[in-house]
Amino acid sequence: MVASIAFYVLAAATLLSGLAVVMSRNPVHSVLFLIAAFFSAAGLFVLLSAEFLAMLLVVVYVGAVAVLFLFVVMMLDVDFAQLREGFAKYLPLGGVIAGLLAIEMIVVSAAVVTRGAASGVRDVPAPAADATNAEVIGRVLYTDFAFLFQAAGMVLLVSMIGAIVLTLRHRPGVRRQNVHDQVNRTRAQGVSVIGAPTGVGIPDDLPQAARTPAE
Amino acid sequence: MSSQAATPARSGSVLTGLLIAAGVLSLVLLLGVAVYFLFSSIPEAFWNSPAGWVAVTTGQILAFVVVLLLSLAFLLYADRKIWAGVQLRKGPNVVGPFGLLQSFADFLKFALKEVVIPAGSDKAVFLLAPFITFLLAFIAWAVIPVAPGWVVSDLNVGILYLFAVSSLGVYGIIMGGWASNSKYAFLGSLRSAAQMVSYEVSIGFVIITVILLAGTMNLSGIVENQRGWFWDWHVFGGGLAGLPLTLVMLPMAVIFFVSFLAETNRPPFDLPEAESELVAGYAVEYGSTPYLLFQIGEYANIVLMCCLYTILFFGGWHPGFPTGAENWPPVLASMFGFGVFAIKTVFVFFLVSIAKAIVPRYRYDQLMRLGWKVFLPTSLVAVIAMAAYRVFGPEIA
Repeated sequence: MVASIAFYVLAAATLLSGLAVVMSRNPVHSVLFLIAAFFSAAGLFVLLSAEFLAMLLVVVYVGAVAVLFLFVVMMLDVDFAQLREGFAKYLPLGGVIAGLLAIEMIVVSAAVVTRGAASGVRDVPAPAADATNAEVIGRVLYTDFAFLFQAAGMVLLVSMIGAIVLTLRHRPGVRRQNVHDQVNRTRAQGVSVIGAPTGVGIPDDLPQAARTPAE
Repeated sequence: MSSQAATPARSGSVLTGLLIAAGVLSLVLLLGVAVYFLFSSIPEAFWNSPAGWVAVTTGQILAFVVVLLLSLAFLLYADRKIWAGVQLRKGPNVVGPFGLLQSFADFLKFALKEVVIPAGSDKAVFLLAPFITFLLAFIAWAVIPVAPGWVVSDLNVGILYLFAVSSLGVYGIIMGGWASNSKYAFLGSLRSAAQMVSYEVSIGFVIITVILLAGTMNLSGIVENQRGWFWDWHVFGGGLAGLPLTLVMLPMAVIFFVSFLAETNRPPFDLPEAESELVAGYAVEYGSTPYLLFQIGEYANIVLMCCLYTILFFGGWHPGFPTGAENWPPVLASMFGFGVFAIKTVFVFFLVSIAKAIVPRYRYDQLMRLGWKVFLPTSLVAVIAMAAYRVFGPEIA
């Protein structure tokens, strides 16, 4: 009974915050509601006793991805009036796309209800009864589907390199700190003691020879 | 308070302090006896029912939070005293004997002031931010085992839970900085968020080396893995067969220590609130109770990281030599374990304080360089080395 109460509370929270994401006037509030939605979804994972997935959802999406969203949105200067301008014009097209998505979701849900979620997937050997769900996920990812996992990693790597190549600019004339050079500098290279006559000081055009350190 | 008034009252204040301590102690004893008789009259069946479970868990949480808040007050005092000692000052010495009650005086001062909300701020987010910081700092403690069996929730994925909660800590700061509607607060919060996200990466890899060594993500399991002599601690490779792993784990312990200083915005990485540049960083516009919540949350996080450091690398409640404590009565063994754990944690906190007092602040680009170019590759190599040792090396008991 406690589990079903928790389910309804979390599911309602997920839906409401999802609604608030698209309804909020302020984009920062939208992102904050998105975080709330991620969080409630993580709670739903815990209810399915997939606590490993729940924690990963929080670490990856809430802890890293949403922070970047927030960064971008907070620094943007969004003009709301301009955004709402073409609302009536785009409504029919948007309505059609939303309707298609809704139909797809209904079809998929019906298929899951009648045939089970994993129908058509190749058989995965049943895990040992005492395996924790981190172990089960590890076995599936790194043993059963190792190739697909590596391929996904390569796709991410390529996209990362692509993003860096697109944005990287080598500007000339930028002085960068070289820690290795700094650490390896000796006293002789850094300091020189110059004998200055009393009341005269050091001449402005001091020859280089006079700048050699006094050992 | 003038120095004239403070000096002659010295011996008197010590006596008052002793009297207060004796009074508090006897009150606690009386309460303990009363609670014992109250609880012994409740039948066993009640504790096994759902209502009983809720009552027990609530009690555990309350006990945890009260002890934690009290120790925070005195750790804050210790922090200031150590800082003052390094700088040849006296530090807080006016409120209570030796200034012991300074934290409580500060608390009252903060709590009694008016809450000021800037006119152009986003009110809801502005007030939500310190609450989030405070809340996250405390829910993380749910999985910390402070003694054998003394833990509110012994989660299977305890260490991941801690990692998840600590990665949420950035929201309090970034929301507070943005909602203040001030450029200084916003710049402070951006710096802080970038810093916390960067150092989380190396903390994650260090945690993975410990998980590989212990073979479990349960924090009690990680502590039990370090039972026995001090060479069984993870910092020395978790057993004699793993002694070569000291080469990996000792640098990992150092990286974890430095990264948690950066993660909790402690000096020398206190760039978010660098006094000389940013006034108070993300907290510029905050005062009274919201500011207090930020501060308590920050300190609770620091102490949490000290506990985690003890648990991951230095044997948790195991003192480093066999004591036979498992044959003692459970209550006695737990008390002993708690004592050992507390001493270790306070020592780590001492190191954190000393770091604040003697290390100059980093420049921001150097901070980023350290995180991404030094710690990240080092910990990545360490994860590979550790995994290789676990697959090809000898079995570690």
